[in-house]
Amino acid sequence: MTATETQSDLFEVTALRSALHTQARPHRPTALAASLSFAWRALLKIKHVPMQLFDVTVFPIMFVLLFTYLFGGALAGSPREYLQDLLPGILVMTVAWITIYTGMGLNTDISKGVFDRFRSLPIWRPALLVGMLLADVARYTMATVIMLALGIALGFRPDGGPLGVVAAVGLLLLFSFSLSWIWTLLGLRMQTPEAVMQASMTVMFPLTFASNVYVDPSTMPGWVQAFVNHNPITHLTTAARGLMHGTTGYWDEIGWVLLWSAALVAIFAPLTMRLYNSER
Amino acid sequence: MTRGMGVEANGALAIETEGLAKYFGETRAVDGIDLAVRPGSVFGVLGPNGAGKTTTLRMLATLLRPDAGTARVLGHDVVADADAVRSSVSLTGQFASVDEELTGRENLILIGRLLGFPHRAADERGAELLDAFGLADAAGKLVKDYSGGMRRRLDIAASIFTTPPLLFLDEPTTGLDPRSRNQVWEIVRVLVAEGATVLLTTQYLDEADQLADRIAIIDHGKVIAEGTSGELKALVGSGSLHVRVLDPDQRSEAGRILTAALGTPFQLESDPAAISAQVSDPELAAKALAELARCCVPLAEFSLGQPSLDEVFLALTGHPAEDTAPTEDAA
Repeated sequence: MTATETQSDLFEVTALRSALHTQARPHRPTALAASLSFAWRALLKIKHVPMQLFDVTVFPIMFVLLFTYLFGGALAGSPREYLQDLLPGILVMTVAWITIYTGMGLNTDISKGVFDRFRSLPIWRPALLVGMLLADVARYTMATVIMLALGIALGFRPDGGPLGVVAAVGLLLLFSFSLSWIWTLLGLRMQTPEAVMQASMTVMFPLTFASNVYVDPSTMPGWVQAFVNHNPITHLTTAARGLMHGTTGYWDEIGWVLLWSAALVAIFAPLTMRLYNSER
Repeated sequence: MTRGMGVEANGALAIETEGLAKYFGETRAVDGIDLAVRPGSVFGVLGPNGAGKTTTLRMLATLLRPDAGTARVLGHDVVADADAVRSSVSLTGQFASVDEELTGRENLILIGRLLGFPHRAADERGAELLDAFGLADAAGKLVKDYSGGMRRRLDIAASIFTTPPLLFLDEPTTGLDPRSRNQVWEIVRVLVAEGATVLLTTQYLDEADQLADRIAIIDHGKVIAEGTSGELKALVGSGSLHVRVLDPDQRSEAGRILTAALGTPFQLESDPAAISAQVSDPELAAKALAELARCCVPLAEFSLGQPSLDEVFLALTGHPAEDTAPTEDAA
């Protein structure tokens, strides 16, 4: 039997009446419990529509292969040589790019009627957004693992050992979570997912390409260098390379990344929440 | 908290608004509404699209902040004490407020968890509700594959996960087939019989007539009449005479004859052969029919009916309720 309207014959007033006699509402969930419930919701959606994982599986593989074999020989003598420097950078770039899907997802999601119900529940207000972002962190992690595995298969050898790699990934995930708050703001502010996409790309192109991900900035003109050297993506890439390869002199860079992350959340989370709480 | 106890004990109102208003730019979507809803009753807010029904309801459910006036829901101010209001009401929105990309079961688990139940207890309560609403067999299907009626039932099931003292239903049967509509009505009746208070908005006069103990008719953001269905009908006299002429070309001629005999203006109905006119005295109706026969306007059928809320609306506003206002975005 399929679930057609004939099933509604089973609908009975007596069953309904008895279903009404239940206990009162329990205590409201904690901020964490509510956030995790929304994260669970987001993960269920991935389960139902696995195609949503395209951006965290196929894109990362494509980027690693393309950049390694296109530029490797020309820039570093061999793809394998280039990969040592490129992989931490391409990891940063890819995950940073994937964060923009957060805003587009939110934009489509927020227009649905179910948000009225969520907003009329007595729960910690940011829980919905925090939950979505937590689920996104799971997606970022997936992309990261895929890229690292592929990189190692292609000859990437992190001298910093597993600990260094894990520390670099942790820093990357923290920064991505913080960066996502820009997209949640855009997702709530813009009218259509396309508009969100365009606005996000306008930010992401200069942020990721005007950095030290692909090439050493020392050959760039001075004014470009000025931007590149203060770009958080540059700081993050330098820090990730340092942590993964076990070199020294990247502590400042980690400091900058933490500072940028804190600033992004401090500025964009309250703005997002204000928009989320305001009327549509 | 036991449901609604304090409220019923001291006879306070479930909903009380004074001069409630909401403006969107130049549009006065809600323009000073006073409502008084007794606990344990169904209160209907009736009006055409754009009348301000949904805006009023969204303010009461704390989703919109009023621009003027006050509103108390179960004794709590909707602005100063929004969280207390949210703790004791449930909202079923105009567009099904369930998650289409989850299954019915997952929807209810999510609501349960957000209300503070552990995952397993939420699942058990959800199963009980799916059963009661005849959705047990569809529990594992994505909601986007549900029919309109199933979706609406799931929506209401989510609203009564913990049976709330006050339930807001925004146009609960808009777009449903008659059978599903009857089911929703039955659900509302059971809820109220069990002690809940329901505020429902509708643009179907029939629905307000069937369900609501009291009805407020609103138009352009203002309450233009309020009372029981009977009281509202009494506003427009004893009833109206409906006539269908055999030849639609003779309709306006028939209208002139009716107006002359009854002394009231006639209304063209959507059926191109049908007209109606208010009747103050049944004897006049008999005379009017005789006059039609004498003037050689053959009739296909006629009836003398109790006034419908449609006619009440027409009498009060000068335009029919179904005539949707152009400012639909202000709904």
